[in-house]
Amino acid sequence: MADPMKIRAQMKGDVAEVRVLMSHAMETGTRKEADGKLVPAHHIQNMTVALNGKTVIAGQIAGSVSKNPVFGFKVKGAKAGDKVAVSWIDNKGDKRTDEAAVA
Amino acid sequence: MDMIRRTVLKSAGATGVVAGLLATGMLKPTLAYADDWNKAAFEAKNMDGALDGIGAKGAADNKDLLVKAPEIAENGAVVPVDVTSNIPNTTSIAFLIAKNPSPLAAQFEFSNGAVADVSVRLKFAETSIVRVVAKADGKFYSAQREVKVTAGGCGG
Repeated sequence: MADPMKIRAQMKGDVAEVRVLMSHAMETGTRKEADGKLVPAHHIQNMTVALNGKTVIAGQIAGSVSKNPVFGFKVKGAKAGDKVAVSWIDNKGDKRTDEAAVA
Repeated sequence: MDMIRRTVLKSAGATGVVAGLLATGMLKPTLAYADDWNKAAFEAKNMDGALDGIGAKGAADNKDLLVKAPEIAENGAVVPVDVTSNIPNTTSIAFLIAKNPSPLAAQFEFSNGAVADVSVRLKFAETSIVRVVAKADGKFYSAQREVKVTAGGCGG
């Protein structure tokens, strides 16, 4: 199981700014070890951000997103106390969901 | 379950990875979710192929699509790219890096109040243009920026 994500959601005016840090190797599949062996691809493929259970952002990503991905999103119509849930699944079927409240 | 198996078999191709997948317990129903991944677009080896894969061939340049990226990046492994689309009804934003082995890096879809404003950190294999493609009312728009990637401390 992957390490927990760090999620911060903060109201700025009428928009909630959501920042997410995921813990993932994000191997492209083209990197070589010192001994010349290819490191197999291992990266997140799908991710979603949900506000109070409703999907607001659905992302598809490749290994060319940096290691330990950081994302910033903005959501209108949120208010303090709303629940933000972020999920991801990688190409090996590993997945993780974490939650935070809008501050 | 059969559908999933077929997808896995297809994607594993002739490489014989299937046995390994079975052994590691990867053939789980959870893979159904990964079917949403646009494999053809993500594995395209050039910009045209990737644009074609997301249906955005012939995307028109648009000044209301704002891309913020460093002119010079010392570390190509972590390049912050921020995009804001002021095009009304923007429903998706994709990031493509021209010189990467597979240009398409990410695509985000917005709904239920999400603002078309995303920041990500991307890997650049070398100095390259990053192209951002937004979809609004079924049409595609694009904007781009060049990021110079310096190797070590002596580039410029």
